[in-house]
Amino acid sequence: MSSTEPTEPRHTALDALHRSLGATMTDFAGWDMPLRYGSERDEHVAVRTRAGLFDLSHMGEITVTGAEAAAFLNFALVGNIASVGVGRARYTMICQADGGILDDLIVYRLADTEYMVVANASNAQVVLDALTERAAGFDAEVRDDRDAYALIAVQGPQSPGILKSLTDADLDGLKYYAGLPGTVAGVPALIARTGYTGEDGFELFVKPEHAVELWQALTKAGEGVGLVPCGLSCRDTLRLEAGMPLYGHELSTSLTPFDAGLDRVVKFEKEGDFVGREALLQAAERAEQNPPRVLVGLIAEGRRVPRAGYAVVAGGEVIGEVTSGAPSPTLGKPIAMAYVDAAHAAPGTAGVGVDIRGSHEPYEVVALPFYKRQK
Amino acid sequence: MNNPQQLRYSKEHEWLSGAEDGVSTVGITEHAANALGDVVFVQLPEVGDTVTAGESCGELESTKSVSELYSPVTGEVTAINEDVVEDPSLVNSAPFEGGWLFKVRVAEEPAGLLSADEYTAFSTGEES
Repeated sequence: MSSTEPTEPRHTALDALHRSLGATMTDFAGWDMPLRYGSERDEHVAVRTRAGLFDLSHMGEITVTGAEAAAFLNFALVGNIASVGVGRARYTMICQADGGILDDLIVYRLADTEYMVVANASNAQVVLDALTERAAGFDAEVRDDRDAYALIAVQGPQSPGILKSLTDADLDGLKYYAGLPGTVAGVPALIARTGYTGEDGFELFVKPEHAVELWQALTKAGEGVGLVPCGLSCRDTLRLEAGMPLYGHELSTSLTPFDAGLDRVVKFEKEGDFVGREALLQAAERAEQNPPRVLVGLIAEGRRVPRAGYAVVAGGEVIGEVTSGAPSPTLGKPIAMAYVDAAHAAPGTAGVGVDIRGSHEPYEVVALPFYKRQK
Repeated sequence: MNNPQQLRYSKEHEWLSGAEDGVSTVGITEHAANALGDVVFVQLPEVGDTVTAGESCGELESTKSVSELYSPVTGEVTAINEDVVEDPSLVNSAPFEGGWLFKVRVAEEPAGLLSADEYTAFSTGEES
């Protein structure tokens, strides 16, 4: 978090609508965001079985344009962004020179020389500053587009049907991790088949002045199939079940992608140097020789919920730490992601527990994710 | 928020029923249940335990957080609500009825428990 004086929270273009829907609001990275509208469990189940509507306008959009946009992003980020086709998207990371993770990102290639980088709300300024600094010497422009977009996500098995009723865009031709410009309910939108819930779904980037109109059109289109508005609380349990990392929990500047088990995002073979290469090569080597703690799933045998920061124990010794935990509506049991010593990381390892306020509760070690949708 | 007139309330958002044969029932208010979100686990005192007014005697766990359960009075626990242990969502769905938490033989009541109207004003003020 920044060290500046606390200021008034920012409001999205949908703020009045959330309040009229009776949302419980919460401060999130300086934004006043809906936590839930009714029961977060019901919202979670709606996304898994029907559809949910999210306001994600707090996410940080940064546009990168210019003849060397691709080469610049290859230098600034750890992924091979130049190899992303137009109309496709990639999950990637921006690291410090020492290899620590500054943020995880989704990068959409909108045109040959135009990309949109989407950063976490809490890191948007940090990412913007780092990209701006790293752009020196490249024929590339980094533009802060945080105020240019509202972001509405419709997620869940019914979401393709809902969206199809509102757009002529070729949704069947739109693959997972792809995005194309189109019109939804008469509103110009970047339609992306991405999300953070483990379900099929779409993220719609639109001008803020169109957000209310689009939200209402989606609500109406989803009426017959059980679409409900959803808050950040169920977004967190959905992503946890899907085993997706969250910055500040599973990812931080004190971890490299190799410590986080996300080796695959680092592309040493790409052309040219990139920020963090040397440190990441060393981190890869270290990980090879001396396996770091491994990110695993834990499923409770009992009913007590593990929270971020709680110790993972085995034989009375601390062997790891919980990074995220919550009751899982889909599994009906508390679940957690945790970094544990490699010796205890194999699925089915016996005798692993979580220290829940002094009591060692038994947990089963499982591979991530907890939940995978049927395709 | 609907706070039943016949109950008394603590500033920690517990309610206390009138005593029948010296035994009162304790629960948390609808205001508190809403603030917690979906309650998924309750840890209650045991029958025979002595609870002390204003002191922690259990915990309520919701999707996002853990909260201490305070006793509004001092006395001996005579019953706990097994239904709510089995199905903690009763705290959300019926905080003043099926979602009661425990019964206590009141030995001492602190000064300063609120009436329904006083509690409504207090909890509304806290909200804004």
